[in-house]
Amino acid sequence: MSKTLAENILGQKCEVEVRAGDIVIAPVDIAFVQDTTGPLTVRQFQSSNFGRLASPETTVLFLDHAAPSPNLQLSNDHKFLRDFAREANCRITCVGDGVCHQLVAESMAKPGDIIVGADSHTVTAGGLGSFATGMGSTDIAIAFGLGKTWFRVPESIRMAISGRFARGVFAKDLILHIIGLLGADGATYKALEFSGGTVADMSMSERLTIANMSVEAGAKVGLFPADEITEDYLKSQGRGEHYRPLVPDNGATYEQVMEIDVAKLEPTVSMPHTVDNVALARELMGIKIQEVFIGTCTNGRLEDLAVAAGILKGSKCHRETRLIVAPASRRVLLDAMEAGYIQTLISAGASILPPGCGACLGLHQGVLGDGEACLSTANRNFKGRMGNPEAFIYLSSPATAAASAITGEITDPREVV
Amino acid sequence: MLKGKVFKFGDSISTDHITPGRLAHLRSNLPELAKHVLEDADPGFASRVKPGDFIVAGSNFGLGSSREHAPLVIKMAGVSAILAKSVARIFFRNAINLGLPILICDTALINDGDELEIDLSSSIIRDITNGNEMASGKIPAVMLDILNEGGLIPYIQKYGGFNS
Repeated sequence: MSKTLAENILGQKCEVEVRAGDIVIAPVDIAFVQDTTGPLTVRQFQSSNFGRLASPETTVLFLDHAAPSPNLQLSNDHKFLRDFAREANCRITCVGDGVCHQLVAESMAKPGDIIVGADSHTVTAGGLGSFATGMGSTDIAIAFGLGKTWFRVPESIRMAISGRFARGVFAKDLILHIIGLLGADGATYKALEFSGGTVADMSMSERLTIANMSVEAGAKVGLFPADEITEDYLKSQGRGEHYRPLVPDNGATYEQVMEIDVAKLEPTVSMPHTVDNVALARELMGIKIQEVFIGTCTNGRLEDLAVAAGILKGSKCHRETRLIVAPASRRVLLDAMEAGYIQTLISAGASILPPGCGACLGLHQGVLGDGEACLSTANRNFKGRMGNPEAFIYLSSPATAAASAITGEITDPREVV
Repeated sequence: MLKGKVFKFGDSISTDHITPGRLAHLRSNLPELAKHVLEDADPGFASRVKPGDFIVAGSNFGLGSSREHAPLVIKMAGVSAILAKSVARIFFRNAINLGLPILICDTALINDGDELEIDLSSSIIRDITNGNEMASGKIPAVMLDILNEGGLIPYIQKYGGFNS
């Protein structure tokens, strides 16, 4: 029988034929937590009496959500995680290393891996062809102890993507458009599998942006094939040996096939307070923006900073608008400094946060005031997300965000480039 | 048999409504965190909810973050079950892993303040206030087994792993 990408990966890992709907007990290649879900995970692990981690070398604790810590409570959570990592001999990152999902993509994930993380955006590694999904602290605690977890093999929705992006339109606009079509629960419990001519030419950075937001349609995973782009990406990190090709079988059964011609897309924005509440940027012109935030596991990579710097070069942020930039990782920050993007952004008026989750989830630096509006390149705009339930969050590509930083209102980037 | 009063919510109640990021510093102080449960959806909820009461919601309850603190503070508030038209994937797993029942049913006919009676073994929901009776959808067997043990940790401690 022909299999989807999701069925292929889970079947190979479990060494049995699997079909959508089956329940499988699967081995876990990487299990991780971050600093706001980690302490509960560790406590659940300790209360389960496993004694030791199933695989310390593939158990990772990331300090990224509140990094560096803004208060004593979170500092004590960091200390708790550092103490655990020392005793359990597992991996832990340092503040300033970057967002967990970026570091997983940069240095850990392999095509065909099963990756579970106590963070919903764990789906990001689907860009490399990893079956990667978010779970809660108790599930991850059990994965820490057993090295296994259970899955219901998901039905797949095939997203057949064709055409060439028009000027000013990016992968972020595509995934916002898709979430608008599917709705915030349109892919709940399912796999989104991306394929088609546009996907074959898509950079890894674009694939990670799209996979990252598949959970905003409710999906369990967002999967890309592993191909030459994946191989080149792994080689660029010095781990070409981790590559293996991975594609769905011809004739696999999909619950649904959606065809999208990206040439027809325009710069797209999610409006408050749900991600599926999408409109075109040009329809929202005139909406004043007090903060622009460029960064996160969705759009904090070198390619994103390059687009933003290209638009902001020689310009200044609007005097009523502050621009905050958080590179997704230390590597991204170093590369962006070398390319001159950071100097360009600072000259335009940006303040640069340390690599990490930055202002995305309202923990520190970049919290909005009452009634303020933010245009963010992140993945969520729920009420209260950026630290204030009285504020309004719009989501867009880095190009739309950078253009809007110049004008002080939501702006179609084609107006300024 | 579960019995309690309904607190009715709409569609798309996110984990940020239930326990927002701005309170992340309280996540290692759960009693304090629980005082703010659902604050951004209904600021009076935490002070009015009583042990045994139910949360009844629309579609896609619990969407967003993987933070298990969301079902945890709901459970700590004494809520005995969540009824919704649909529930986000991670929240569903998290609630069951904590031994907090979730019933998927058409919640349109249940009103805020109604008294409900729920028989978990038969999944029958009776609205005492308006006399309606309905059955909830079946929970997958693997999750029912976990729920019946009181959560994932007691389940793993009993069986030593997952029953395949």
